[in-house]
Amino acid sequence: MTTFANYLDTVLFAVFPYVAMVLFLVGTIHRYRSESFTYSSLSSQLLENKQHFWAVVPFHYGIITVLTGHIVAFLIPRQFLLFNSKPLRLYILEVSALIFGITTLVSLLAIIARRFTDPRVRVVTTKADWFLYGMLLLQVFCGVYVAIFYRWGSAWFAASASPYLWSLLKLRPEIAVIAAMPFAVKLHIVNAWLVIAFFPFTRLVHILVVPNQYLFRKRQVVRWYRRPQMARS
Amino acid sequence: MDVRSQISMVFHLDKCIGCHTCSIACKNIWTDRKGTEYMWWNNVETKPGTGYPTRWEDQEKYSGGWELKGGRLELRSTSKSKIVFNIFHNPHMPSMDDYYEPWTYDYGNLFNAPEGCDQPTAKPISLVNGKYLDIDAGPNWDDDLGGSRVYAANDPNLEGMNEEQRAQLAAVERLVMFYFPRICNHCLNPACVAACPSGAMYKRGEDGIVLVDQKRCRAWRACVAACPYKKVFYNWQTGKSEKCILCFPRLETGQAPACFHSCVGRIRYLGILLYDAERIEEIAKSSDENLIDAHRSIILDPYDPQVIEGARANGIHDSVIEAAQKSPVYLWVKLWKLALPPHIEFRTLPMLFYVPPMSPVMAQKDGDIISHTSDDLFHDIDQARLPMQYLARLFGAGHDGKVRYALRKQKAVRAYRRWLTVGDISEATVDRMLREADTTRDEVEAIYRLTSLCTFEDRFVIPPMYREEAIEMLQDPMEAKQSAGFGFMEGPSRGL
Ligand code: SF4
Ligand code: SF4
Repeated sequence: MTTFANYLDTVLFAVFPYVAMVLFLVGTIHRYRSESFTYSSLSSQLLENKQHFWAVVPFHYGIITVLTGHIVAFLIPRQFLLFNSKPLRLYILEVSALIFGITTLVSLLAIIARRFTDPRVRVVTTKADWFLYGMLLLQVFCGVYVAIFYRWGSAWFAASASPYLWSLLKLRPEIAVIAAMPFAVKLHIVNAWLVIAFFPFTRLVHILVVPNQYLFRKRQVVRWYRRPQMARS
Repeated sequence: MDVRSQISMVFHLDKCIGCHTCSIACKNIWTDRKGTEYMWWNNVETKPGTGYPTRWEDQEKYSGGWELKGGRLELRSTSKSKIVFNIFHNPHMPSMDDYYEPWTYDYGNLFNAPEGCDQPTAKPISLVNGKYLDIDAGPNWDDDLGGSRVYAANDPNLEGMNEEQRAQLAAVERLVMFYFPRICNHCLNPACVAACPSGAMYKRGEDGIVLVDQKRCRAWRACVAACPYKKVFYNWQTGKSEKCILCFPRLETGQAPACFHSCVGRIRYLGILLYDAERIEEIAKSSDENLIDAHRSIILDPYDPQVIEGARANGIHDSVIEAAQKSPVYLWVKLWKLALPPHIEFRTLPMLFYVPPMSPVMAQKDGDIISHTSDDLFHDIDQARLPMQYLARLFGAGHDGKVRYALRKQKAVRAYRRWLTVGDISEATVDRMLREADTTRDEVEAIYRLTSLCTFEDRFVIPPMYREEAIEMLQDPMEAKQSAGFGFMEGPSRGL
């Protein structure tokens, strides 16, 4: 029995992540190169303009904040732990993370409800979308659950999950800490790899094409056919 | 001087009969695909009226176009900082209900309905979700409803007009309206391009046509909000924005755009204008009163040796310069000053110009007798049924000088021709009118010819052009009809 559990942990936490990462890289690049037309945020604002605001805006603010937290803790765990060494700062961080997490959860539910109930928006909701919403809902729900029931995640994430992720990147996966985690945390991690694996096959690809170049470019865009050296002006 | 060439257009509103042939020609070629049913790249509005999408001219509502803010030119709807927050939800984006939900009819029911006491009907079905639909609005719902209290009375251009002027528009016996066909203006200072976060929208350097790169559009929808003419549309099926492409595949093969080609009233003219690209920003910043003059001044004289030299230096081919010299648009806009840009106060510098319409011949109602005398036939334009103020809002940024000038000259053309052909106006009167209209017999004769006797070759002077992509060499573009359209060979299937 234990061997089977060990085996499963290895597959889920040491093998599957690589599968997910390869799928992610190969999938997004291939899709960009062969079907760049399909890279789109696929907005449905034209079809329904009111609920759209209340669902989509808080969701994006929520998820971006929470994800940024994860990424920062992953990149600079030491500083993160140092920051958390004062209890007050830890409380503030935890509470705001929780608030953003719950915002994400509620607005994700609103997004799904909108997709269900508005007849026009429903038409543009594909199977891939439903699947994605299922994964995201599970992910955000797990996240909020973990935040509530396994307190001080912002501290132990930096101490346990971050080393795990680094060990994956260094191609020497160490899963002992993860294997000992509670089920909800494990689910959160596996589902995260699932989202990454399916990323190239969903509308999530729009994250890769956020138009940051707008902030730096000239206002008008002119393309020349005959003098490519002046491609822009 | 940075000389560039631009395919420009003139619509002669006095000739438009409101038949919508242009709209249908366009729809059949370009917007008969899923997701584009609600788009009318070419539409014809009845004015006064609310237009399509409803009240598009009301920038309080839609925040389109540019505004001058402390000497700087800013988009009303977006900016580098605003887009960071507005990218998730664009607060100025119209919804489908501002246009209309497209529909077809359940024709099958006419044949398949079981026997009954009533005639079967073909109920309307939504083209978005295939469900039965109660139609309460559509494109051109206000067609010909010039006096309507629902539509005409809500025309944004009526703001600032007094009760008397409004009454003048809507009095039943004298009710007045005209048609206003609209396509993308292929502006010199396009708000849509400046708003696009992805850099997917661009102006073609060679001819000024404004396009959306379908492969780079990511559905951020900033262009839809930014265009003050609401001429970029969002395809809800493919998740890409689309707009009038001025039929570039036709232009590139020497044919006029479909709406131009099919125009029954022959109101449309197309030709090259040379302009000085260095001055675009300066011109767009002019004060409201000066905008029209400034806009005209950016257009260069194609016979001026310096301009020709500058054009050659910029790689403009001699054949294009020659086309610019023959351009009917140059005559209307620059030489005759008859054609005016629509809503120039939006500051996108539109390159489609309109010859403002003459009001219907003024009739005097005397008790029950409707009469007009020869002198009154060409009534003073200030007493026209269409208040000058209204036209000034549309074509003069609120100032009537340029509109009055254009109408007076048109009137002189009519008087002159009437003197020649009917002879019930004295030569002295005609000469006085010509003087007052700042014109000459030769000019008036030329205007008359280009208005009434124009052939295809006179109306459309298309230079040889370079192709966007020479795809037809390899593949039949008609294969892609109803799916990709022309010029784009990756199937336009929606992303997952
Ligand atoms: S009318 Fe001007 S601003 Fe609007 S889509 Fe055309 S080029 Fe862009
Ligand atoms: S086809 Fe010509 S005359 Fe007919 S509505 Fe269009 S612009 Fe007017």
